[in-house]
Amino acid sequence: MLSTLFDGLSLGAIYALIALGYTMVYGIAKMLNFAHGDIIMVGAYTILTTLTMNGHPIIGVVAAVLVCTVAGIVIEKVAYKPLRGASPLAVLITAIGVSYFLQSVAQLIFGSKSQAVQLASFGTVKIANAEINIGTLITLVVGAVIMIALTLFVKYTRTGRAMQAVSEDRGAAQLMGVNVNKIIMITFAIGSALAAAAGVFYLLQIPAVSPTLGSMPGIKAFAAAVIGGIGSIPGAMLGGVVLGVVEKFALSVPALAPYATAIEFALLILILLVRPIGILGKKRREKV
Amino acid sequence: MSDYVLETKNLGISFGGLKAVQDVNLKIKKGQIYGLIGPNGAGKTTVFNLLTGVYKPTTGTFFLNGEELTGKGQEKINHKGIARTFQNIRLFNNMSVIRNVLVGLHNQPEFKCNPFVSMLKLPKHYDTEVRMRNKAKEILKIFDLYEERNNLACNLPYGKQRKLEIARALATNPKLLLLDEPAAGMNPNETAELMDTVRYIRDNFDVTVLLIEHDIKFVSGLCDEITVLNFGTVLCQGDVEKALNDPEVVKAYIGG
Repeated sequence: MLSTLFDGLSLGAIYALIALGYTMVYGIAKMLNFAHGDIIMVGAYTILTTLTMNGHPIIGVVAAVLVCTVAGIVIEKVAYKPLRGASPLAVLITAIGVSYFLQSVAQLIFGSKSQAVQLASFGTVKIANAEINIGTLITLVVGAVIMIALTLFVKYTRTGRAMQAVSEDRGAAQLMGVNVNKIIMITFAIGSALAAAAGVFYLLQIPAVSPTLGSMPGIKAFAAAVIGGIGSIPGAMLGGVVLGVVEKFALSVPALAPYATAIEFALLILILLVRPIGILGKKRREKV
Repeated sequence: MSDYVLETKNLGISFGGLKAVQDVNLKIKKGQIYGLIGPNGAGKTTVFNLLTGVYKPTTGTFFLNGEELTGKGQEKINHKGIARTFQNIRLFNNMSVIRNVLVGLHNQPEFKCNPFVSMLKLPKHYDTEVRMRNKAKEILKIFDLYEERNNLACNLPYGKQRKLEIARALATNPKLLLLDEPAAGMNPNETAELMDTVRYIRDNFDVTVLLIEHDIKFVSGLCDEITVLNFGTVLCQGDVEKALNDPEVVKAYIGG
């Protein structure tokens, strides 16, 4: 029971980290970046490459964060920036295109087969009669630290304040001297770095990488962002944790285990029926 | 250094075949309060959009203190010293009153602070933050918004929202402040008070003001000079009384 809770919370932390990227980009650039999940895959292959070159796992993690951050910035510059002001549908299709592009490039370089990535193996510790994997605890603690840091960043830094202003009214922020292009670039960089971190934790749970590695966690994290209220940072954290816990508990009951994913998406539908803006989403009142 | 804070030369823009604004020549001296008036649809707000970089002019040029800013980006123009308010209020609604003003202060290098310093709330963060907040509070006091500084902007009454927009624009430290119908929707008392405030900021913040307004009393009581626009072209320019009594101007407003 307790160990299932810990597993759920740590999986939730992974979903939350990915969901933060979706929600921040949605809030600030007003677009759904469906290539976001594939950034995890980019990070995972970066780690694989480092390990095959006999690099230390820590170097692999640092390299993954750097490569993903740069990838996020480049994707934004090349694919999305030229479409600023274009119809949201055009941007959405482009994002899906970028997603397939990344998957295909990975397939060309690394092949389509799943490859094992043994990042690190940890033992277990006993907490109140439950065997808890140390990797799970690391995920939980580091995930929480990253999320606290992000909250502090948005709340207390000038850049965070500017991000909030851009998400409120991009045009007005720009006319008040905020460099909107720079803010969007920073948002993509942060989102991608978080995805890289999520990728590292994901590999601790499932030590294998394939070109489509990012799709499923990507979609689930997107669902988490919507459950929490897309555009809301605490919402993404909450949605991620809820989804992770639900998934692990469903998996722990033999009768429900085969339906775990179905249960998660049913939860999404249920929450949207009751509260279409998500748990912590803000209502947008239209002035008449 | 040029004699004029703002000088435009044959400024104009066409949307497709429609010449929305053409051949606007403005010469605004330092410390002036300058009015831009005209019937609805005359192109007044379009001129503001040209001067702030929202639209790129298709003809003509404009200069701020002799420096050409034609075709520059919006935040660049703001950094150079042109700030504005909007005809329909565009505040950061879900942010507090003081945070709105703090965003305005964002462009000033003296308030730069390393993000890590801010996140860890090291002493330097407090130092810049205190200086920034003091500056913001000083501005809010002028606009009588100090008491409401922690309220959300969207919860302010209409008149105060208009004032907050001016406060936010002023926080960006402009040389030229563009006010788009600042007195719209205000009652006569609020309008009179606003006139005093505009004079006060002109005198104390070393700023030149260009404003669009339909309230003729407001314009004649406040402006040193005006330009009257009609159908995108300049109808008449110069002394307020003379311009307002110009038969062409009367005709444009009343018809006939």
